[in-house]
Amino acid sequence: MRYKAVPLLATLAVATLALTSCASGAASVKTLDPKADITKQKLVVSIWADYYPKDLAATFEKATGVPVTIVNHATNEDVMGKLTTGADSGIDVAFVSGQYAQALNEAGLLEPIDKALVPNEKNLYPEAEKLAYDPGNKYSEPYTWGTTGLCYRSDLVPTAPTSWNDLLKPAPGLVGKTTMLSTERWMALPALKAEGKSVNTTNPNDLAAAKKQLLETKKTLLAFDDTTFYTKLVSGEAAMTEAWDGWCNYGITDDPKIKFVVPSEGSDLWTDTMTVLKTSKNKEAAMAFVNYIMKPEIQAWVATNILYKVPNAAAMKLVDPAVIAAYPNLAMTPAELTKQEVIVDRGEFSPEYTKLATEVMAAG
Amino acid sequence: MNVPLWLTYAFLYLPILVVVIMSFNASKNLFIWKGFSLQWYPAVFADDAVMVGLRNTLIVATSVTVLATILGTLMAVGIHRYTRGGLVRAFAIAPALLPDLLLAIGLLSLFSLLSVTLGLHTVIIAHTTFAMAFVTAIVLARLANLDPSLEEASRDLGAGAVRTFMRVTLPQLAPGMVAGALLSFTLSLDEFVIAFFTTAPTTPTLPIAIYSMVRFGVTPEINALATMLLFVSIFAVIGAQRLTKVTDAL
Amino acid sequence: MTSTTPTSPGAVPRRTRRGWAALPFLTPGTLMLVLFVLVPLLLILGYSFFKRGRFGGVVFTFSFDNFVRLADPLYLNVIATSVGIAAVVTVLALLIGYPTALAIVRLPAKWRTIALVAVLLPFWTNFLIRTYAWILLLNNAGWINQGLEAIGLIDHPIKMLYTQQAVVVGLLYMYLPLMILPLYSSLASQDAQLTEAATNLGSGPWRVFRTVTLPLSIPGALTGCVFVFVPAMSNFVIPELLGGGKTVLVGNLVRDQFLKARDWPFGAALALVLTILLVALLVAQQRASRRLTEGPRAPRAQRNRAQKVVSRA
Repeated sequence: MRYKAVPLLATLAVATLALTSCASGAASVKTLDPKADITKQKLVVSIWADYYPKDLAATFEKATGVPVTIVNHATNEDVMGKLTTGADSGIDVAFVSGQYAQALNEAGLLEPIDKALVPNEKNLYPEAEKLAYDPGNKYSEPYTWGTTGLCYRSDLVPTAPTSWNDLLKPAPGLVGKTTMLSTERWMALPALKAEGKSVNTTNPNDLAAAKKQLLETKKTLLAFDDTTFYTKLVSGEAAMTEAWDGWCNYGITDDPKIKFVVPSEGSDLWTDTMTVLKTSKNKEAAMAFVNYIMKPEIQAWVATNILYKVPNAAAMKLVDPAVIAAYPNLAMTPAELTKQEVIVDRGEFSPEYTKLATEVMAAG
Repeated sequence: MNVPLWLTYAFLYLPILVVVIMSFNASKNLFIWKGFSLQWYPAVFADDAVMVGLRNTLIVATSVTVLATILGTLMAVGIHRYTRGGLVRAFAIAPALLPDLLLAIGLLSLFSLLSVTLGLHTVIIAHTTFAMAFVTAIVLARLANLDPSLEEASRDLGAGAVRTFMRVTLPQLAPGMVAGALLSFTLSLDEFVIAFFTTAPTTPTLPIAIYSMVRFGVTPEINALATMLLFVSIFAVIGAQRLTKVTDAL
Repeated sequence: MTSTTPTSPGAVPRRTRRGWAALPFLTPGTLMLVLFVLVPLLLILGYSFFKRGRFGGVVFTFSFDNFVRLADPLYLNVIATSVGIAAVVTVLALLIGYPTALAIVRLPAKWRTIALVAVLLPFWTNFLIRTYAWILLLNNAGWINQGLEAIGLIDHPIKMLYTQQAVVVGLLYMYLPLMILPLYSSLASQDAQLTEAATNLGSGPWRVFRTVTLPLSIPGALTGCVFVFVPAMSNFVIPELLGGGKTVLVGNLVRDQFLKARDWPFGAALALVLTILLVALLVAQQRASRRLTEGPRAPRAQRNRAQKVVSRA
């Protein structure tokens, strides 16, 4: 039929455009201008909701003259979805977890951190300069870091848990009262660690064994939950959950009977990082923003109010000891933390983790 | 005959009751009741992210309703009169059938290929295309049952094509158009996936703003927002009904 | 111009409108559809023939791998479960939506708008908020369990949340208006004279309903079914929140591939399969609609009317 030729041609034209535009490779490397007038620039920053001081935009503008709009994303995947489409997302600074920063960099989407423009980097712990997803912090700066463990109600469990198997093979009284994280790397983590495997493994046999265990564990689970597990602990619906340490602190705030423990088999070291996008037209201002965040007062605010550990030595010194006493996992030293395995992106192997998670969640 | 109606309303409004009641919860945590409080209502207005999202959503939803109803009705009439249905009809209704994630990512890829800046206008385009399909389907279903002899009579009596369309066809289609318009508004208001991918980060719609706030689950502040939206909608509808003769059309 | 032959009952008028008159009606819509649906769709579906880049993105080496991967029982199972759940939701929506739409149509005119809008109002709040409300209602310490325990109907809580049933309820709640509105539109457009005539000729109300109202409402009902079935298959929020992540539907699969595994090609292949399924559904719906309103089994008055309408199309 006659009219069909037009849409067909249009599609071919567009497809050709697609192929050629994808071929246009790396832009020439341009070093940033330290003397650029950043007050002429403006920033769009994407970060998790309630994860920063409420007046951050205002104080930053006051300090540097750069207007900044802060937008929120709910998960790493959401913001990654926007950043990886090949077009300018409109975001200058994106807060993503370490392994995602690694993936973004491999895709050529990140602007290298201009060390001359971020002198506050010196406030970081030495350990924070050696994180496996970005050694030397070449394209990201760490914002918060922590580990994953068991968050539980001390009054609802028969004995305090010490091993991942306490979650994977729960005592009879705990069946139906446990939750696990559903994000694929963290879903696999307990099963891998319980068998002494690496959290970054690319060995299909390791994943197969983990899947087998997880399928068994699923029968005892209340639910997979990444966001409201601590409310389940507070309400008593759940007695033991797999949790990130910072999140567990929110539960502890509501109920001091909640405790956090890193199981004896070990766990991961995750980091939330700040990255500057190559597509940004305001790179100098972006660097200034990253630098501003690494001021001791700012990251100290994060630790005190968001209850996450920050990799900033100067900032941790400013945190009120009473807060640290109330939330013991904040006292974890970098030396202890770095005993855990840093989570890195697994490149081509990553979809296997997603497949694992899908298979476990889809199983009847 | 009215028992099923009331039962359905009970089903539809039970969660709404929960939303309204929990908006007065003094505790930030929805799962624990800590007493009665009105604090969340002023908090909504103080929340920039929410207000911006609300404004954007209203702009988008209204534009989409107007555009989708017009385009969808035209499409339905065109299909009904000038084609045998089949392929063109399926094509017109297809957007309603495709997974929204597919449409969303496809549109984003298209916009980035054409270097179109994202913003509310791209959301409006995306939503209109999507809502148009629903309007077309509903109006078509109505056209199928209409008596063509009225139109014929009008033409036989000398009225031109345009006049017949405006004075005879459109009024008959009105209930279908109203149903389609209401549905378009509802769909656009609450649509998340397509809006998420086709808008700029600085112009979120309300569902997007709420979604990114749900880091700890829904808070009473969001419930307060929903309650207010609900009552504003109720008043708006009552007001519109008083002002227009829409009811007569139905 | 239109024929001037007078139409008599039973006669079949010919279509004589010129084709160019169709342009103002069909062009704007078609243009939008081609540009904003067809092209994006082809773009994405084109990806299904390529491969995932090392860290995500698309590498343009042609391959059928993605379709081979789809044959894995895991994915086929998920598709089958999704079809099953979506079918249950659709049937429930029909069972609830039909009497509701009928009741609204039979209301006095001035109450109809209000009744219709009252159906839609809950959906002018936000879907996340409503879904969390269901969590509050259904969980073990939730309102429903507490209420039932308080009146002594049960001893310990019924497990309702984080089950497939919860997903069904959530999806039903979410898409019920999409069933009610087309049904209402179709029922409202029925010529009241037909039912009147049938009643005057002696049929009881049930017979009138069965032989006149019901058959005429079939196109609307089928439209409603499709409107509910399709999004029920592609939804990914409700299986996560109400199913506790323990039920995976096709929507979750597609979302996971695009956003989590960043495997756009495989996600596109999945989406392609889903689309084919749904298009097949739409074709079946059209055929069924046609056969039920025009075929030899349709009541005669309906058939004649349908013939008149079809020949004009």
